[in-house]
Amino acid sequence: MKAGTQQHRRERIDRGIKIRTDGLYALMSWRELAYLIAPRFILIAGLLILPQVMPGMYWQRVISIVCIYALLAISFDFLAHYAGLVSLGGAFFVGTGGYLTALLNTGLGMNPLLSIVCATLLGGVFCTLLLLPCLPLRGVYFAIVTLMYPLFLARVIEALDIIGGTDGIMGIDSFPNAWLEQYWVIIMVLLFLFAVRRLVNMDIGLVLRAVKDNDQAVRASGMNVTHYKALAVLIAASIGCMAGACLVHIYMWAGISTFALDFSVLPIAATVIGGSGTLVGPVIGCLILVPVSELLRDFGTLRIVFYSLILLGFIVFRSEGLMAYGQRKYQQFERWTKI
Amino acid sequence: MTGKPMLQVKEITKTFGGVIALNRVSFNVNQGEILGIIGPNGSGKTTIVNCITGFIKVSSGTIWFNGQRITGKPPHKIADIGITRTFQIMRPYYSLPAYKNLVIPLFSPRARRTGGWRGGGKLGDRNTVSIDILEEIGFERDSYVPYKTTSTLPTGYLKRLELARCLALKPEVIICDEVFSGLSMSEIASMVPLIERLQMEGITLIMIEHRLRELFQVANRIMVLNFGEKLVEGSAEEVMADPRVREAYFGSEKVEEVMNHA
Repeated sequence: MKAGTQQHRRERIDRGIKIRTDGLYALMSWRELAYLIAPRFILIAGLLILPQVMPGMYWQRVISIVCIYALLAISFDFLAHYAGLVSLGGAFFVGTGGYLTALLNTGLGMNPLLSIVCATLLGGVFCTLLLLPCLPLRGVYFAIVTLMYPLFLARVIEALDIIGGTDGIMGIDSFPNAWLEQYWVIIMVLLFLFAVRRLVNMDIGLVLRAVKDNDQAVRASGMNVTHYKALAVLIAASIGCMAGACLVHIYMWAGISTFALDFSVLPIAATVIGGSGTLVGPVIGCLILVPVSELLRDFGTLRIVFYSLILLGFIVFRSEGLMAYGQRKYQQFERWTKI
Repeated sequence: MTGKPMLQVKEITKTFGGVIALNRVSFNVNQGEILGIIGPNGSGKTTIVNCITGFIKVSSGTIWFNGQRITGKPPHKIADIGITRTFQIMRPYYSLPAYKNLVIPLFSPRARRTGGWRGGGKLGDRNTVSIDILEEIGFERDSYVPYKTTSTLPTGYLKRLELARCLALKPEVIICDEVFSGLSMSEIASMVPLIERLQMEGITLIMIEHRLRELFQVANRIMVLNFGEKLVEGSAEEVMADPRVREAYFGSEKVEEVMNHA
């Protein structure tokens, strides 16, 4: 590397095509249009084709699990990097959504798709209400509280032997057909991914980002910070509950293991690998981490060692994350300049 | 030029543990005037700002705004009724482009109620409105400066951005906590007419300053604080002539020097 000499410095400059495609001019040529559409198209088409190219039922199921973790990762990334609330609440959201859809489906006899949607909305509201008292908390304190709730709820269910107790709730309907089971979660990932990306660039999304940057200044601007934090939590919790509800209908069982801490931790690891704050990065992180974790299943307990090594490698060598790196290469070129 | 009392501060006291930051301070601010608050470091100037704007709760005493008691209200409610402030340590949204900083106050209930920036009527596109405000406050409209990420802007622009954030709310009162500090002489020189223009537009200002010469140029009245107590209040000449102020604040030669400049 030339970087060894003191007299040179790497300079990053936006590519011409990146600047041309920022405005309306992008519509003027196919090349510019392709530059804009290609990455999005690859993601959408890739996710839709993925189940078709998988070797069998088992790997198709893995793709569904990938999507469930992807939803959680989007929820984590949105809350942490656009609202400034670091949440370990993945397990909380999954458990709440899972149990709600199970109760709605077995208790009220709701159609699975309807119960998933209801569980998403009700679960979002339920989680937000429970988290409301700790919204003034920031940083690690909020994280601790969100981590506490799933442990708390799981023990309550276990100790009081309510809603199924340690056996869980059985006899939950599966999706109406295999095709829908496969594609519902994929469509949901794409839907929420693009919806959240749109949201964070809207004016209300800017307010959320401002709360992250400087909540005192938002207060001084005449806005109730707690309202906006609650809104962010509601959105993130709903996404998480959707993931949990889908999971329960795929497994046709809801139990205490839906409060497992995997649902809190793996999305964070995926966000680190994929690139925090990019929203699409965490999805890609899940696409890497979950299958790797399946492949390593043969190694038994050694699996965790390999898993940790992979994570370590990413943190040391690509700490910005794959997507941030990819975006930079796609949008900018580098050159060495003399100082 | 100045009208009836708008903001009335009555006997406010603030203690932090055993430290008395403010001790029974009372003053009025009249409609349309500029009140300067000066005092040595640690005399309680910023504490007054924090008490009025609700960022800290007063230990005792009341604050009235247009006949409405605002003591104990949360900061966003106080901003909502028209009292805005700048922060001594600037608090912009560093990760956003400069003009997007103003989208946040423009999104607030007050800005939506008052119906946009100047001219009233329907609020336009917030991005356009924020560029308009930034131009008024001294950002060059056609340059790249308003579009730069806020973290890359120099102090002068950040101070202006603080003011712009207040203006976006169409406030009745702006409390400026040391807007001149950290600026070069030429930057201050270009800020002074801005302050004067705000006053002409009918905005009431409270200015906390260490830059006395510039403050005396714009302020109608000066209040001096020392160790959390109000020493004296009056015109710049009256205040500077007061022996207690000389003793507490400057040392006598310094006063002569400032007065000769002013």
